[in-house]
Amino acid sequence: MNAPLLKVSALQAWYGESHVLHGVDLHVNEGEMICILGRNGMGKTTTLRTIMGILRKRSGGIEFAGQDMMSVPLHKTARAGLGFIPEERGIFASLSVEENLMLPPKVAEGGMSVEEIYELFPNLRERRTSPGTKLSGGEQQMLALARILRTGARCLLLDEPTEGLAPVIIQAIGEVLVKLKQRGMTVVLVEQNFRFAAKVADRFYLMDHGRMTAEFPVRDLPQRMDLLHRELGV
Amino acid sequence: MMMIFGIPLQALMGQLLVGLINGSFYALLSLGLAVIFGLLRVINFAHGAQYMLGAFTALLLLTVAGVNYWLALILAPLIVGLLAALVERTMLSRLYNLDPLYGLLFTFGLALAIEGTFRYFYGASGKPYAPPAQLSGAVNLGFMFLPIYRGWVVIASLAVCIAVWLLIEKTKLGAYLRAATENPVLVQAFGVNVPLLLTLTYALGAGLAAFAGVLAAPIYQVSPLMGSNLIIIVFAVVVVGGMGSILGAIVTGYLLGVVEGLTKVFYPEASNIVIFVIMAIVLILRPAGLFGKEA
Repeated sequence: MNAPLLKVSALQAWYGESHVLHGVDLHVNEGEMICILGRNGMGKTTTLRTIMGILRKRSGGIEFAGQDMMSVPLHKTARAGLGFIPEERGIFASLSVEENLMLPPKVAEGGMSVEEIYELFPNLRERRTSPGTKLSGGEQQMLALARILRTGARCLLLDEPTEGLAPVIIQAIGEVLVKLKQRGMTVVLVEQNFRFAAKVADRFYLMDHGRMTAEFPVRDLPQRMDLLHRELGV
Repeated sequence: MMMIFGIPLQALMGQLLVGLINGSFYALLSLGLAVIFGLLRVINFAHGAQYMLGAFTALLLLTVAGVNYWLALILAPLIVGLLAALVERTMLSRLYNLDPLYGLLFTFGLALAIEGTFRYFYGASGKPYAPPAQLSGAVNLGFMFLPIYRGWVVIASLAVCIAVWLLIEKTKLGAYLRAATENPVLVQAFGVNVPLLLTLTYALGAGLAAFAGVLAAPIYQVSPLMGSNLIIIVFAVVVVGGMGSILGAIVTGYLLGVVEGLTKVFYPEASNIVIFVIMAIVLILRPAGLFGKEA
């Protein structure tokens, strides 16, 4: 079996004095979509931010495509092929939709062309000259996704893409994720909505107080429902 | 003689021109301050010293190396920009994670040190700098004589302000700059070298100040304190325009220059304080400034 594309071992991280990650272990194979489940405040977003290198007070190991990422500065993490889509989406108000789309520099060949992106997200084409934040929440999420797809990133770190969106938009985002999977994209998804995640993810991690407490493939989901109901309080 | 509101047309036009020229310097300087504040969140108190450095660089280039005005207009901003980049890389960049007060104190200290050094070597009195031969003399506009050099200052500063505005609003580099002003961490996570962007921005702001300094050299005398006299007004301009607003800095710069000039005609006693009175009124009615976004 090939080495995983992304391997995180014994990862610890701190916000100032407060210790947030207490030894996170996870791995993602090339072309796989994993989903990190967990209640609010358990460290899911922090895990993504620490892998990306935004949170610098950290220890442990992060290996991506055979490269040690711990000493790589933030602006070079993207060039290694990691793409980050934050929970708050990070659409820039002073940039038009198209400027937002074109903002992240290309990091590798094989990204989607602008034409392909506009076919996948026709709304963005129609509104390409409006200010980025005049889009609806769903359109902003589409734009945040589209922006990274253009760059040729090999692995997406995708933080709660369905949060606060209407069911019909969530479904559309699910369809986009399925298409990305068919193209061989590797994804680390953070979600509270495991019914949504069950349709797209291959494997799940359950996170509690800064650690992974369970790991199981999607086919085991039915047996794990009790655990999830208990742990997620849904 | 033609009169407008009981004022001779010549006097009115003369003060309008003086206002436009002062406004040209306000606009160039507040534009640099606004760009720096927007991205670096540093209130650059060294801006007046950088303006003065621009004028002195032109003077030294002329007296030591025989470099003419036109070349100095390009070289002096580059030299001052390079020095500013060096200061940002080695010193200012260490203060970004601290309270904004440290950046303010540092640049204030830097300004004192630079101005003190020049005062030690050149005294407080001004040195003349002759305008280039091509721009000497005046043209008769019918209602007044326009010194050619003064007309050139207005045109040159307007051209540079528009060029900088286009750079920020219409280019890819400008898009990085605007995005990094909103969320530097995310822009860096996209793979943009934000620390380099910060250095370039500080150099750009200082370069604009130096450009204004070279433009000013033939009008005002070149003196170590020429910047500190101006910088207080420029800060008021930035506050009226809205901290960090590019368009606000440019428009307000010209506008307040003209208002100041007209005040000299209609009520000379108030001309020294009119900008600060306007600042107070704007702060009461629109605390974020005329072009600033309400928080």
